[in-house]
Amino acid sequence: MQNKISISNLDFYYGKTQALDGISLEIPEREVMAFIGPSGCGKSTFLRTLNRMNDLIPGTKVDGEVLIDGKNIYASGTDVVALRRKVGMVFQKSNPFPKSIFENVAYGIRINRLHENKADLHARVEKALIDAALWDEVKDRLQTSAFGLSGGQQQRLCIARALAVQPQVVLMDEPASALDPIATQKIEELVVELKKDYTIVIVTHNMQQAARVSDRTAFFMLGKLVEINPTQKMFTNPDEKLTEDYITGRFG
Amino acid sequence: MEYRIIDQQLDLLREKLLLLGSTTENALQRAMKSLTSRDSDLARQVLEEDKIINQMEVDIDRFSVEILALQQPAARDLRFVISVAKITPVLERIADHAGNIADAALILNDQPQIKDLIDLPFMAQSAAEMLRTALDAFTSEDAAASREIIQQDRRIDEAYKRVFNDLLKLMIDDPTTTTSAAHLLFVAKHLERIGDYVKDICELNVYLTEAAFIKHSVEE
Repeated sequence: MQNKISISNLDFYYGKTQALDGISLEIPEREVMAFIGPSGCGKSTFLRTLNRMNDLIPGTKVDGEVLIDGKNIYASGTDVVALRRKVGMVFQKSNPFPKSIFENVAYGIRINRLHENKADLHARVEKALIDAALWDEVKDRLQTSAFGLSGGQQQRLCIARALAVQPQVVLMDEPASALDPIATQKIEELVVELKKDYTIVIVTHNMQQAARVSDRTAFFMLGKLVEINPTQKMFTNPDEKLTEDYITGRFG
Repeated sequence: MEYRIIDQQLDLLREKLLLLGSTTENALQRAMKSLTSRDSDLARQVLEEDKIINQMEVDIDRFSVEILALQQPAARDLRFVISVAKITPVLERIADHAGNIADAALILNDQPQIKDLIDLPFMAQSAAEMLRTALDAFTSEDAAASREIIQQDRRIDEAYKRVFNDLLKLMIDDPTTTTSAAHLLFVAKHLERIGDYVKDICELNVYLTEAAFIKHSVEE
C-alpha cells in the first residue's frame, strides 16, 4: 500500500513548551491508524498537525515535515483551505451548525462550489449521509434542525459533513467518547466501512476501541512516539515495556 | 510498581490453577500407588476425589471468563488469562487419566500380579516430576525451564515402547496373562498421554512469557 501521509522529525511547540518531539511515521492509504497515550501526551496535537489545525492557535511553531501525497503541507504557498478539504476532521464533541440537517451537509459543498446544480447538490448530500450511515434515519426529516438529532446521530452528521467535501483523509479526535455504547458501536462500524475509501486517523482514550477498529496503533508519551505496530501485536505482545505498562493500566 | 485491581484477580487465578495442579499431581501419585501397593481403597479415593477436580476446573473457567469480561486484560495480562484458561482443561484431563489408572488398579488388584512393574513406576514418576516442574516453571514464568521439560517427554515415550514390547511378549508367551497385561498396557498409555499433556502446559508457558506459539512447530 502506498503511503498517504509521511511524517518525519516533526517537532511542535506551544510557545516555549515542546509538545511533540521528533515524530516520524508513515500512514498508508486506506488504513485506520489509532493514536493512544495518556492525556497530554501530544496525540491530539499531532492529529491536528496533519491538517494544520494548530495554525489557528497563536504562538505555535512546527519543525519537520508532513507530506501528504508526497507534498509538504507546511511548505510556503500551501492552500490551507484546500488542505483541510482534503484532510477532514471530526471532533470529540459533535458540533452541528444551527441549521437543518440538509444544510449542515450542504454547507461545505456550497462554499467549495463542488456541485453542478441543485439536483447534484441533493445527490451529494444524500451520498454523504449514506456514507455516514445516517441517511435511513434522517431522510424524512432533512429540513428539521440538526439539534433534534441524538448525540450519536449528531456525530454521524458531523462525519457526513466532513465526507461531503470529498476528503481523502479523515481525522477523528475521540469521536465516540461522549456517546453511549450503541452509538459508539455505530461510529466504530462506520470507521471500518469508511476505510474502503478513506485514510483514517483516530485518537482515542478507549483502548478497546483502538483494538477494534484500527489496523495499526501508535503509542505516544510525553510528546514522543514510543511504539507503532500492527494493532493485534500492540495489544497482545507490544515491543516496548512502556506500551505494555500503559495498555495494561499500570500508569496513565 | 502500582498494584492494580486486576493484579489481585490474576493472583487469585494463579492460586486456583496451582491448587488444581497440585491436586492433579497428587491424584496421579496416589493412583499409581494404588496400583503398585495393590491398595484398592486408595484407588476408590482417587476416583471419588476426581469430582473435586472437575469442580475446580469449572470454577477456574468461570473466573477466567469473568476476568476477561470485567477487567479486559491486554498484553501479558491477556496472555496469562488465556494460558490459565487453556492449562486448566489439560490438568483436568491429566486427572481423568489418573482416574483411569485407578480404575485399572481396581481390576488388576483382584488378579495375581503378573510382572514386576519396573518401567511403569518409572513412567509415573517421570510424568509426575514433569508435571510438578512444569507448574513451577509456569509460576516463575521460566520459558527456558519449560523448553527443557518438553524434551524430557522423550524418556516417557521410550519407556512406553519398552513396556509395550514387554507386555506384548508376555501375552504371547503366557496367554493366561492377557487380561492383566491388556489393562497394564492401558495404564502405560495413560502415562504416555500425561507426558504429552505436560508438554502442552509447557508450550503455554512459553506463550505466556514470550508470546510465541511453539505448538506443532519444529521446536517441539
